Amino acid sequence: MLSKKIANSELAIMLIFSAVVLTMPIWLAPIGAGYPDLLQKFAIFGLFAIGYNILFGMTGYLSFGHAAFLGVGSYAAVWSFKLLTMNVLPAVLFGVLFSGAFAFLIGYVSLRRSGIYFSILTLAFAQMSYNLAYSVLTPITNGETGLQLTNKDPRIIDSLLSSEPVIGLPSTVLFGIKMSGYSGFYFCAVVLILGFFIALRISRSPFGLVLKGIKSNQTRMKFTGFNTRPYMITAFVISGMYAGLAGSLMAVTDPLAGAERMQWTASGEVVLMTILGGVGTLIGPVLGAGLIKYFENIFSAFNDRALHELFAFLPDGVENLFVTIVSPFVGEGWHLTLGVLFMIIIVFLPGGIIQGIERINNRFFKKSSSAKSDSNES
Amino acid sequence: MNPDNNTVLHIADVHKSFGGLHALSDIDLSVKEGTTHAIIGPNGAGKSTLLNVCIGRLIPDRGAIIFDGEELTGKSPHEINQAGVARVFQTPEIFTELSVLENVIVPILSKKDGSYRFNPMKNLKQRKDAYDEAMHLIEDVGLSPSDPSGSLSRGDKRRLELAMCLSQHPRLLLLDEPTAGMSRHDTNSTIELLKKIKERGMTKVVIEHDMHVVFSLADRISVLAEGRIIADGTPEEVKNSAVVQEAYLGG
Repeated sequence: MLSKKIANSELAIMLIFSAVVLTMPIWLAPIGAGYPDLLQKFAIFGLFAIGYNILFGMTGYLSFGHAAFLGVGSYAAVWSFKLLTMNVLPAVLFGVLFSGAFAFLIGYVSLRRSGIYFSILTLAFAQMSYNLAYSVLTPITNGETGLQLTNKDPRIIDSLLSSEPVIGLPSTVLFGIKMSGYSGFYFCAVVLILGFFIALRISRSPFGLVLKGIKSNQTRMKFTGFNTRPYMITAFVISGMYAGLAGSLMAVTDPLAGAERMQWTASGEVVLMTILGGVGTLIGPVLGAGLIKYFENIFSAFNDRALHELFAFLPDGVENLFVTIVSPFVGEGWHLTLGVLFMIIIVFLPGGIIQGIERINNRFFKKSSSAKSDSNES
Repeated sequence: MNPDNNTVLHIADVHKSFGGLHALSDIDLSVKEGTTHAIIGPNGAGKSTLLNVCIGRLIPDRGAIIFDGEELTGKSPHEINQAGVARVFQTPEIFTELSVLENVIVPILSKKDGSYRFNPMKNLKQRKDAYDEAMHLIEDVGLSPSDPSGSLSRGDKRRLELAMCLSQHPRLLLLDEPTAGMSRHDTNSTIELLKKIKERGMTKVVIEHDMHVVFSLADRISVLAEGRIIADGTPEEVKNSAVVQEAYLGG
């Protein structure tokens, strides 16, 4: 009983989560994932998935257009680097604000419908944004090339503060600390921890219960006196802001923004992450994001030569056969592996990784703990 | 029928048709404060349609719903609920993914949070009053708070829905066949529960097929057939009415 209480306390959850996230460079190193680039991705996509889960997991509304907010966040951040300063805080702030405003517009229209129609509307809006970013909005997005830093950028605040000429392209900084490598990861990690904390509070708040009520039975909510629409719009905007935050962090770790970030495949990816980890759970989406990014990293790195080396211990004919079978699943074709993984999860663990962990937990630990409590009672 | 001061709900000349079907024709009905008004009638008589019109699920073609001197026609369901009208549905409408306790807390939150309140950083547990009230009501209907509501029996789901409606302290409670699908024993305990509510002065409109329930609860009965009220009166009057006998009770 007491251990359950401790496990449920906010402080304990946050301490464990923070410790796990901040020590990632150490415990991920043995499996070859302990380098900054990938760690940054874990944190950024974890954040994206946490925010997506606030909409999809808590209200049940499946959006297929969240990549649009990711893109808006990136563009806003890069513009902040170009126009104002290389400091990352304003960039992140603008990323969140602009994506929030954009999410309000799209949500206001899309939330007139529910179910599949809502999903289609969000998909349509995201694809429109993607195409606009590619073509008409080239002055803002720099079209195909993508938005990049240049030496001619005004950077008003930076140039006011220092008159030293910058040689080459400046890098993103947090009050003097360069946001690349491990410092970049730790910045993303701190934002992830903050984002996780907010999501935790939301899920335990009256507001969160209202969202869960909407997911469970919207009719009942209406006839119970709830005006569900403003609640839905708020949930949509919050998750859009999380996406914008993730997008701006992408720009922080690598200051460029391209339209492909808004493409529907990116929207689909966050849906996969959330489902893979466990829809509606707090930690599930983070796990799902980490898993997908990790596998992407491993499988997409393989090429035919690496495969031949891997199967070199086999006789020649068998080796070639194995390479032929495996090669479509790696490298460029790693999405095939993702598809198979996704199917296995959906069929055997519809509740995602979290459900898997729960099952293991029940099988190995529940029996012994219930036996213990029995003996205590007797 | 002229509504007098005691009237809480006045359904004034309401007409509703679906295509060529006249589901409700010229319904005029007054429900007095603190009474239990039963609506009976054969299947397809328009009873559920009448309740749907009252709670804003359907908008009448003609006529008005006046609740406590205020016109409800055309208002949205959540506004009508906020005005003090709650409804128990024929098939229980509960939050099957939530626990019994959460199911009752949601409607308690509705009074303050219903129209919109943004409090994502506040812990639900700080709403001690809501918790206490919910626990009390759940005890009243004989359920256990931590059970997942999705796995309750149909009768228990109904009882839970009733507790959810009661937690809102509505002035008017609409019940659509509250005992359908319940065992005799459950039916009797529901009747007792409804009688208890009556003592608190809550006005109720009950649709019911079970005559045992109707005659043990109702102060007044209206008989609906083919979208019209064919009889209206005290249980005794209705029982003895020749029209009703013919149309419904055994004719």
